[in-house]
Amino acid sequence: MPLRLIVAEDAVLLREGLVGLLQRFGHVTVAAVSDADALAEAVREDPPDLVVTDVRMPPANGDDGLRAAVQLRQEIPGLPVLVLSQYVERSYAMRLLDSCGGTGVGYLLKERVGAVTEFMAAVDRVAVGGAVVDPEVVRQLLQLRQDPLERLSVREREVLSLMAEGRSNANLAAELFISEAAVNKHIGNVFTKLDLPVDTDGHRRVLAVLAFLRT
Amino acid sequence: MAQSPLSFLTSSWPWRSVAYLASGVLVGAAAVLVLATGLVVGVILLVILVGAAPLVGVVLSSTSVATVERHRLRLVDHDQLPNPHGEPAAPGFRPWVATRLKEQVTWRELAFTLISAAALWWLDLLVLAFAFGLPVLTFEAVDRHTWPWAVLGAFVLLASPYTVTSWAGARAALARTFLAPRGEELGDELREVRASQVRMLDSFDAERTRIERDLHDGAQQRLVSLGMSLGLMRLDVPEGSPLTERLTEAERQLAAANRELRSLVRGLNPPVLADHGLVAALHDYASRFPVPVAVDLELPGRLSRQLEANIYYLINEAMTNIARHSGATHATVHGRYHSDLLIIDITDDGHGGADQSAGSGLTGLADRLKALDGRMRVSSPVGGPTLLHVEVPCHFA
Repeated sequence: MPLRLIVAEDAVLLREGLVGLLQRFGHVTVAAVSDADALAEAVREDPPDLVVTDVRMPPANGDDGLRAAVQLRQEIPGLPVLVLSQYVERSYAMRLLDSCGGTGVGYLLKERVGAVTEFMAAVDRVAVGGAVVDPEVVRQLLQLRQDPLERLSVREREVLSLMAEGRSNANLAAELFISEAAVNKHIGNVFTKLDLPVDTDGHRRVLAVLAFLRT
Repeated sequence: MAQSPLSFLTSSWPWRSVAYLASGVLVGAAAVLVLATGLVVGVILLVILVGAAPLVGVVLSSTSVATVERHRLRLVDHDQLPNPHGEPAAPGFRPWVATRLKEQVTWRELAFTLISAAALWWLDLLVLAFAFGLPVLTFEAVDRHTWPWAVLGAFVLLASPYTVTSWAGARAALARTFLAPRGEELGDELREVRASQVRMLDSFDAERTRIERDLHDGAQQRLVSLGMSLGLMRLDVPEGSPLTERLTEAERQLAAANRELRSLVRGLNPPVLADHGLVAALHDYASRFPVPVAVDLELPGRLSRQLEANIYYLINEAMTNIARHSGATHATVHGRYHSDLLIIDITDDGHGGADQSAGSGLTGLADRLKALDGRMRVSSPVGGPTLLHVEVPCHFA
């Protein structure tokens, strides 16, 4: 399904590259802007299906892009936002996930755009209300929760990481070279061992896993 | 006393404390004599209008008491207190008297002398008498009926190193608050040195920020763009082509370059520090740290940018030391703000033996702290654990 997007990125090279990439996959960039104020203006004027934005942008060259994204999600509930960042920091990711209950939100390292197919899959997932979290953030979260995670087997920990990134069961199975049935079994074990509610699926499952990792 | 209770006993601190208190008694007794004589003579002579001289004498003699006290503090304190008095404008006795009487510190010294004459030396005597005199008395009078008292005396004697050192520490802290130079009394040279240290640190930090920005705007963007080109190229390469393998290799190398550049940039100037402040930056730093770290830091607000950067790098360096030298499996960073002082304790369960004089990472820490006007204490007995206690004066906006 072709999406209508707004792209915000201050480096020309990347902005043009992103627009070209999205176009190649049939998506339409309705506005490509280079600072946080222009982003807010463009979105308020005509809310798109998805916003793709950088974190560090003018005017203040701090986390302007991230703050604009959080602000816009408050103004337009459910506005899907995919944030690309040069660095992934847990604290940024959490602020973003906390906005609007963590639906339709993604936080990825910029360099992930190089893995084109995965990146486009992430774009689609966020646009339909899913949550996508960079593996690097998940790794930081896992490091914080070492104690309870020791109860999990190596395979179960792999499954947990991939779930936290927002991957689907099919995707998980392909990544780990196991059957979907085996994936389901591992997921069941993880949820039981960590005392998580078992009946959740889809993005609610991602949120449950992330909520567990954060506390 | 920040070391383990048993190794403390074999250190020189109990003996130094005894020396500090004993000399305190002597100095105090002498101060009482001088003060009493000066006051009595002054008040009597005041009737015939020449009493001002002995009274001025009392005020000025308190500066000698304070000088002696500053030297005595070296017994129980590593840091030497600099002389807070300024140079008289002209040579000779009269300008000297005039300068001293105008200085605020002279009056603080008078207050200290009065307190030590009225209370401190009595308490020194009392503590010594309790810790050593009381046990001796009970031992001398020992017989069939009074032996329980001798047992009590033995306990008091065994505890005496702690009694004596605790009081010596408290007394030294009190003396320090009265006799240490404040702000403008630091002396021009010292202030200049400190200012240049601060300038140097600031210019280091400014340079870090500049390099980080250049890398962010330049090399990092180009690498991401390169990755995008490679990704698009892959879409155009037919499946099973020998190019696929070479593309994968190129992407692998690119990912490594990105990773290295990212960790370099993060070490230079973490963006989260500027955006979300010290506490968030340290939490993020800890979550990437090879050794598990529990961070418990509470601050009432944001500090100045410079101070935040300085404290961040300070803790950074301390933690790098832990990762490099300590062999620890767990570390904690605990920080609280107390009456214009940020107090940070960094502990690890490593093998200890960190030595401030051995030119390790601790020297860099000490330099940073000196420029911030802060203090640092290390307790690192061989076998661990290591405790680093840091105090930095700061104000919240």
